[in-house]
Amino acid sequence: MTTIQRKKSSPIAHLTPEDIEAIGVELDAIRDEVMNSRGEKDAAYIRRVIAWQRGLELSSRGVLLFSLFPPAWLVGTAGLSVAKILENMEIGHNIMHGQWDFMRDPKIHSTKWEWDHASPAEQWKHSHNELHHTYTNVVGRDNDLGYGIMRVDEDQRWHPMHLGQPLWNFINACFFEYGIAAYDLELGKNLATKERRQRPEFKSALKKVRRKIGKQMLKDYVVHPALSGPSFLHTLAANATANLIRNVWSHSVIMCGHFPNGVETFEKTSIEGETRGEWYLRQMLGSANISGSKAMHIMTGNLSHQIEHHLFPDMPSRRYAEIAPKIKDLFQRYGLTYTSGPLPKQVASAWYKVIRLSLPNRGEAAIRRPKAVKPVVASDPSARWRRASAAVAEAPAAVAASAAAASSAVAASAAAASSAVADAATGLAGTTTAQA
Amino acid sequence: MAVIRNLRTGAWRVVELITTPVVPADYLDVIAPLRNANVLRARVDAVRPETDRAVTLVLRPGRGWLPHEPGQYVRVGVDVDGVRLWRSYSITSPPARKDGRITITVNAVPDGAVSTHLLTRARRGMLLHLDVPTGEFQLPAARPGKALFVTAGSGITPVMGMLRSALHEMSDVVVVHSAGTHEAVVFGAELRTLAAEGRIRLVERHTRTDGRIKPADLDDLVPDLFDRQTWACGPNEMLDDLEAHWADAGQADRLVTERFRPALISAGGGGTVTFTQSGTVLETDGSVPLLDAGEAAGVLMPSGCRMGICFSCVLPLREGAVRDLRDGTLTVAEAGDSIPVQTCVSAAAGPCRIED
Repeated sequence: MTTIQRKKSSPIAHLTPEDIEAIGVELDAIRDEVMNSRGEKDAAYIRRVIAWQRGLELSSRGVLLFSLFPPAWLVGTAGLSVAKILENMEIGHNIMHGQWDFMRDPKIHSTKWEWDHASPAEQWKHSHNELHHTYTNVVGRDNDLGYGIMRVDEDQRWHPMHLGQPLWNFINACFFEYGIAAYDLELGKNLATKERRQRPEFKSALKKVRRKIGKQMLKDYVVHPALSGPSFLHTLAANATANLIRNVWSHSVIMCGHFPNGVETFEKTSIEGETRGEWYLRQMLGSANISGSKAMHIMTGNLSHQIEHHLFPDMPSRRYAEIAPKIKDLFQRYGLTYTSGPLPKQVASAWYKVIRLSLPNRGEAAIRRPKAVKPVVASDPSARWRRASAAVAEAPAAVAASAAAASSAVAASAAAASSAVADAATGLAGTTTAQA
Repeated sequence: MAVIRNLRTGAWRVVELITTPVVPADYLDVIAPLRNANVLRARVDAVRPETDRAVTLVLRPGRGWLPHEPGQYVRVGVDVDGVRLWRSYSITSPPARKDGRITITVNAVPDGAVSTHLLTRARRGMLLHLDVPTGEFQLPAARPGKALFVTAGSGITPVMGMLRSALHEMSDVVVVHSAGTHEAVVFGAELRTLAAEGRIRLVERHTRTDGRIKPADLDDLVPDLFDRQTWACGPNEMLDDLEAHWADAGQADRLVTERFRPALISAGGGGTVTFTQSGTVLETDGSVPLLDAGEAAGVLMPSGCRMGICFSCVLPLREGAVRDLRDGTLTVAEAGDSIPVQTCVSAAAGPCRIED
């Protein structure tokens, strides 16, 4: 919750811990129902979208061979823009989420897919699937909140540099794929000290990004223009335009997911020892949908169903529309706000926030962000997937112990809570090393 | 020559740049899926029912196919309700057919997802995925003078491949085949014709009416039993009995068997997990994720969110069974499979092999 959308009370104050776990159980049931019915229609859908996208890209590039003629330039550029958007949103993003892994088709698999984007799949999957989706809207943990260059919450200290953030945001929109690549590399942090710059992990990641960007540039700005012969410059301009349109479009869609009015942010300490129900609740409060037609949903890669996507990131995208009414009903029954609106409204709302927060706060930031959970001592990540019913697997002793710790930690001192943060931080560092 | 080679690699690089980030073959696949040298596929050219529980598929294998030896099988990948499942089927056609096609014969397995799918849904034009042919159940290059084939049910399929390719090179062939009824004999008409022409001696047993053949019965049915080189294929109990019979007679080296069914994979809780690269072997119970178990044993494994959403920890399950701890879904891999599983939310559901 930010200054500009300050509320009198926390939006979840009325929920008991039992309510939160009940929400988790209901969401698990919705997930199971869809995941157990994945099949031929889903497989046919993604194959159809891929075939359609490739056909569109190929024919648009074919038309652009004659981009000297203005109608060809217009048609080719429009087609290529749509193809590039589809490739990034409905195809690349969703495949790399593992939404289609159930097909066991190595050609359409999260571990094998590479996309038309400056950031190599492997690095993007780490920062997006792992950091953004696990730590959604947790200030300081989720880099998608402002991409490390913007002030997106009134609790962040204002700095005169933030006066320029509407401009930074606009530039980021135009060169979004490079912005993403930079932040997948954690460029800001990794360039800060000589020691970090020299780390072999960083150097190797940087090399991969350079190679990827090199290939992408060669394709769009050398090879295809060269194939167009006399239309060289026109094709180059067409490809640059298509990339620009794709960048601005995806930036806008993504801003609508977590920035608009009504979306909550969370404190680092609020997620320690988070249960499955609490994790779900954070996703529900931290995301916003875009309403619109079926074409709109496809062009946003079904990120217009951002809430459903954040609850079930590995569910095939074509199923989000199907579960949306159930999710909306769940929000209503538990007195929560299902944030949704048409694209222009949501984009405007997100931009308003960017502009408003470029200025310092008015008055004291008296009301704190909602604490989705009480701080507890233990931080066992398995709590996030272990289900309340424990019908599937018996909870091992460690989890039982952490639950016991949780109940006795209600009166835990602030010192204990902060030591839990330190523990969690070391835990994360360990994870990252294993990943590298 | 070197110049041409360099030009060709150079030109290919440019084509690769045109299609990056996907490979040119991904575009080619849309038009000519059989031309992809890296992904072996086959097109179904014809579908021929054999019995009401068996069907023969005539396949045109694509680029990358290697000629088979009679008796070998091929792993076939079929998309069943959107999920690619792999099963092994014996090749029933002779090698090196002029039209380059092969046949496989699929027998219905009770509750068998793939066999049922192929029996009911296989159509001309359908695409299947293939592996290269494999299997040790073969005839030696120097064909045996006196041969015996003991088969039951679908066990006739690899033997049919052998008979169709090499019968003319063998002078004395006996086939002892069991099936439920007269109508249930796959290739029944063809076998009976071969017998009528005197090219094989056929002992056909209908187990529904006459009961199963005991190994001891063979001594009467085939008096020169141990003078013959014998190939047997059928249910595991039959093969166990035959192996014991041949071993008792001190003739174990004259019997070659082929088993279709691997030992049943236990789908219980926990089991021995083998990490194939590091060679680490450990016992786990059914509630500990493979990732936690592996890391605790010092295996270097990729990991991410540890809650089943980021897919950073996915590793191939090469054999065995694992259970998704969130919803209890069971994933089973047979030898030769490579099914990616999320190690952070999957636990062993029996012995399993993970490629770390």
